[in-house]
Amino acid sequence: MANIPDELKYSAEHEWVSGDPTVGSVVTVGITEHAAEALGDIVYAEAPAVGDTISAGEVCGELESTKAVSELFSPVTGTVTEINPALESAPELINSDAYGEGWIFKVEITKTPKMLIGPEAYSALTD
Amino acid sequence: MPVRYSGDIAEHQAVRTAAGLFDLSHMGELSVRGADAAAFMDFALAGRISAVKLWGAKYTMLCNEAGGVIDDLVVYRRDWDHFFIVANASNKDRVLSELRARLGGFEATVEDISRQIALIAVQGPMSAQITASMCVQGADDIEAMRYYSGSNVLLEGGVHAFAARTGYTGEDGFELFVGADKAAGVWQLALERGAACGIIPAGLSSRDTLRLEAGMPLYGQELTEQTTPFEAGLGRIIAFGTAEKPRRDFVGREALAKVKEQGVARQLVGLIGAGRRSARTGYAVTDADGNQVGVVTSGAPSPTLGKPIAMAYVPVAMADPGTVVGIDVRGRREEMTVTALPFYKRDK
Repeated sequence: MANIPDELKYSAEHEWVSGDPTVGSVVTVGITEHAAEALGDIVYAEAPAVGDTISAGEVCGELESTKAVSELFSPVTGTVTEINPALESAPELINSDAYGEGWIFKVEITKTPKMLIGPEAYSALTD
Repeated sequence: MPVRYSGDIAEHQAVRTAAGLFDLSHMGELSVRGADAAAFMDFALAGRISAVKLWGAKYTMLCNEAGGVIDDLVVYRRDWDHFFIVANASNKDRVLSELRARLGGFEATVEDISRQIALIAVQGPMSAQITASMCVQGADDIEAMRYYSGSNVLLEGGVHAFAARTGYTGEDGFELFVGADKAAGVWQLALERGAACGIIPAGLSSRDTLRLEAGMPLYGQELTEQTTPFEAGLGRIIAFGTAEKPRRDFVGREALAKVKEQGVARQLVGLIGAGRRSARTGYAVTDADGNQVGVVTSGAPSPTLGKPIAMAYVPVAMADPGTVVGIDVRGRREEMTVTALPFYKRDK
């Protein structure tokens, strides 16, 4: 069973958000262990660029494994402040540490998120 | 067969460097027997099967009258009047009915024995050592066996097996055909005997990247009923015979002879990308102006090469190695370069 930490918020597209998801704060975004397992070994992660404006529910990047490719959806609306530089040479961090070193980008929220769900609701989605 | 057991890349690398264990029991197996079995196979299939020696194997195809591929097959000769056919699981029923429809006038029978047979494959450079260590009789035959031939062996635990040096990975390897109820025991035996060599179970995802690197076609992607073997670069498997010794008639001969004479309009090529984004099945191949000129049949990031690789049908004019083509990767153009297949060839 894939790990679903209690302290995170989630999207239905299998992203996690850590931090306070309110306007003005910066949150960290990644994909869940469940999503990483389903994709298989990730060999390429394309994150949005620093400064990009991204919108909740819209495609903002892609993740490629040997088996498949999956679009990365933004779980919140805001401005990208940082991308994980380690993923350029080690995208497999998303598989080995989805909630830690495998984080994908940070974003400053500009609009109150409406689509985020808690760990129980996300867990129900992955059953 | 699961997509993966541990991880796609680990399983892929195990097969390239040590050994991987595949459960291919879903594959279809057909048995052809009878005094006319060899003549029937020559008529029904694209290759000259009667020329296959006892215990030999041959890669061949079942074609329709138009020369399109109904399935690609491996045929094993088990006796002068007995052949064993391995067909793709999803095509097995079709292959059975097509073969039976071609039986007219031949003293032969075609039986589906898929449910009675399990297929366990040991693939990789350590496969001969591992497979030999599983045998109580026939271990010497395993070591001495030539590629694309087989032998009956007795495995530990009293399990009779037909062992063939064949596979779908581009590595040395053995396929063990055993009774369906023996599959679990043979699987455990292979894991136990192969443990010191680094064998691990391998799934469908690694099987796909392994065969793609080896430039091997997958039915439904590179091969379809709308594709002739010539377009797929496999014209060599069609035996027309020579002027002195012409081959007797076979299904699809007329259409295939015409394709051979007139040439093909499109051709299967290998593509290598310099970027990170991979072409995938169904993506458009485009020319310099962005017009679609072909289609990707398979594509993935190659674990061995560390670059995106693909196979695609392109117009003959764009099929020369070194030609740069565009690929529409989800709305953005990526460039790939035509390269000779296979992408990977093992050292022998």
